[in-house]
Amino acid sequence: MSLVVTAGWYMTLAAVLFALGALGILIRRNALVMFMCIELMLNAVNLTFVAAGRALGNLDGQLAVFFVLVVAAAEVVVGLAIIVAIFRRRQSASVDELSELAG
Amino acid sequence: MSQFLWIIIALPLASAVFLHFAGRRIGEPRAGYLATLSVAGSFALALGAALPFFQGKSDGVTVNIWEWMPAIGAVLEINWDPLAALMTLIITGVGALIHLYAIGYMHGEARFTRFFVYLNLFVASMLTLVLAGNFAMLFMGWELVGLCSFLLISFWSTRPAANAAGKKAFIVNRIGDFGFLVGLMLIFSTFSTLSYAGIFERAEEVLSPGMATAIGLLILIGAAGKSAQIPLYVWLPDAMEGPTPVSALIHAATMVTAGVYVIARSAVIFEISPIAGPIVATVGAATALWAATIALAQKDIKRVLAYSTISQLGYMFLAVGAAGHVAGVFHLMTHAFFKALLFLGAGSVIHGMAGKDGLGEQNMEKMGGLRKAMPITAVTMLIGTIAISGIPPLAGFWSKDEILGVAFSRGGWFWVLWIVGLVTALITAFYMTRQFVLVFLGEPRWTEGVHPHESPRTMTLPLIALAGLSIVGGLLNTPFRTALEHFLEPSFELVALTHPPEGLGMFVLLAGLSTLAGLAGAGAAFLTYNRPAELWGRFEAAFGRTWTLWSEGYRVDDLYGATLVKPGLRAAEDAAFRFDTPIIDGAVNGAGRLVRAAASKGRGLQTGMVRSYGALFAAGTVAVIGWIIWRGA
Repeated sequence: MSLVVTAGWYMTLAAVLFALGALGILIRRNALVMFMCIELMLNAVNLTFVAAGRALGNLDGQLAVFFVLVVAAAEVVVGLAIIVAIFRRRQSASVDELSELAG
Repeated sequence: MSQFLWIIIALPLASAVFLHFAGRRIGEPRAGYLATLSVAGSFALALGAALPFFQGKSDGVTVNIWEWMPAIGAVLEINWDPLAALMTLIITGVGALIHLYAIGYMHGEARFTRFFVYLNLFVASMLTLVLAGNFAMLFMGWELVGLCSFLLISFWSTRPAANAAGKKAFIVNRIGDFGFLVGLMLIFSTFSTLSYAGIFERAEEVLSPGMATAIGLLILIGAAGKSAQIPLYVWLPDAMEGPTPVSALIHAATMVTAGVYVIARSAVIFEISPIAGPIVATVGAATALWAATIALAQKDIKRVLAYSTISQLGYMFLAVGAAGHVAGVFHLMTHAFFKALLFLGAGSVIHGMAGKDGLGEQNMEKMGGLRKAMPITAVTMLIGTIAISGIPPLAGFWSKDEILGVAFSRGGWFWVLWIVGLVTALITAFYMTRQFVLVFLGEPRWTEGVHPHESPRTMTLPLIALAGLSIVGGLLNTPFRTALEHFLEPSFELVALTHPPEGLGMFVLLAGLSTLAGLAGAGAAFLTYNRPAELWGRFEAAFGRTWTLWSEGYRVDDLYGATLVKPGLRAAEDAAFRFDTPIIDGAVNGAGRLVRAAASKGRGLQTGMVRSYGALFAAGTVAVIGWIIWRGA
């Protein structure tokens, strides 16, 4: 009996990865790590796109992935620049210390 | 030619605009001369444009200037017919003389050029009123003259009394204007247009007598406000707070005659209604008598003239109400001459009686014997007094007599009005002679430090010119030579005019009666007042409380104050402090307080902790997705 890898497997993996990313954002304090968690969530979504596109037999899913990649790249540039700037000023990247805008 | 008619209005308007911006720079006398020239220019233009009427070659034209609101017939258009031409000539002719006079009278005034800006603006507004070819444009001019009147009454804005008088004039006129506006709406709903041509030519077939009465009475309310008739006359005596040239131009010669003009213009409507005309005439006669008795007991030289103006306007209302439109307009014209003359003369007296404080004396009890100090003023004032007293052959006699003749020939109820007019003529002669004697004859009763002197030439020249007009102006329309009636014929071709009784015998009888009344009044006043002050003081005291009542104007101001002004003020205060503050302001402030309360609670959510935002965001997402799944299932 051979193991058939269906789209469902990919979906499950993506859900696990997404949940890991979300959990990371909620419990980690280091901005850099939170950033990596966001990337993890984005790529989990990419995985569902590709898997769904293959299962449905068209290119729409893969097309969407390209957009996500482009947006993620842009976001990384801006986000990293902000994190670096904050770190230079405070010698720390803990988001819990960034609460000046509290109401 | 007719396409240039708009320049008649534009000339004083342009002068007003120019003086507004550059008046200070060109300085005191020149600003006044420019203003005078602009009005004189309009007069010359109007004279030229009226030539075809004199020659009988034209019945009038309507010139379109600008499509303002064509849907309701409200275009800016000039209706140049004999009636409009006559009004224009009176306004610009008398206006130019008064402008000239004001140069002398306002000498040394800090806001000299400002005064001429307003005066020019007034002339332009008044011309808009009389040259309008439809009721919308007429109403525009109507409101503009009201504004100018307000500005000029309260010209000396540092005096509280002047501000109060300006406000009073404006508010009382608003009451009349409201009635007038409703009347215009009725006209529009009946005719679907406001243009004269569209209304008057179709009135006979479209207008029912009831509707004509309603429109006529609403127009009367407006006219009573502007022309100071019962019950809205109370603003005019107070308007004397304005500079005297203003009193002469606006509150005697021109603006206050607007009501007479409107009724004469709407003659067709009044003809269809069976009772609107008689009501107008009754209001006029009642006002004439009422105001004349008040004028009897006034001490202030200008207030005598103010009540006299109200009284004379009453005569004009009597005339137009009796469908004697030519007689009414004729008296409007002669009155413009002699009343402007009397006001300017009074101004000259006040000017010459200036005391140490620079303020002129207005109390006639402190005048007397001025004929030697001010000979030109005295002679011209005497001519004005004779003219208004209705003594032949001066102007007032002819026009007043025509009005009385019209009332007499209508018969019935109008005979009562005729008698009222006759009695008023007697009283008029009495109080005018009283004024002349108190001011110019007898012994001086001046206060210390007053040195009366004749006024400068810019002031005496208009006096002489107006005196000339007051002498000959009446000859325009005598029973023997009805030139004015012939001139005005095209304007009233749609109505049946009332004429004085025909025949020399009737004329001699009626004219004899009114002349007798005038002479009796004048003679009685002369005999009473040309005596030492104690004696005529005793004469006035003999009337007791009646005289006091007259001198206080029947306390109408108190009556209005108690019945209208006070409750009105209280209602306004209640609205302001019991409704506006708690409810309107309360709602507005309540909305603000609500938002602030919500915000002070809600801002606790904004912790500044990125991870708590993240947690909320995640929880929200889960909730929304959960809800979608649950609903889908």
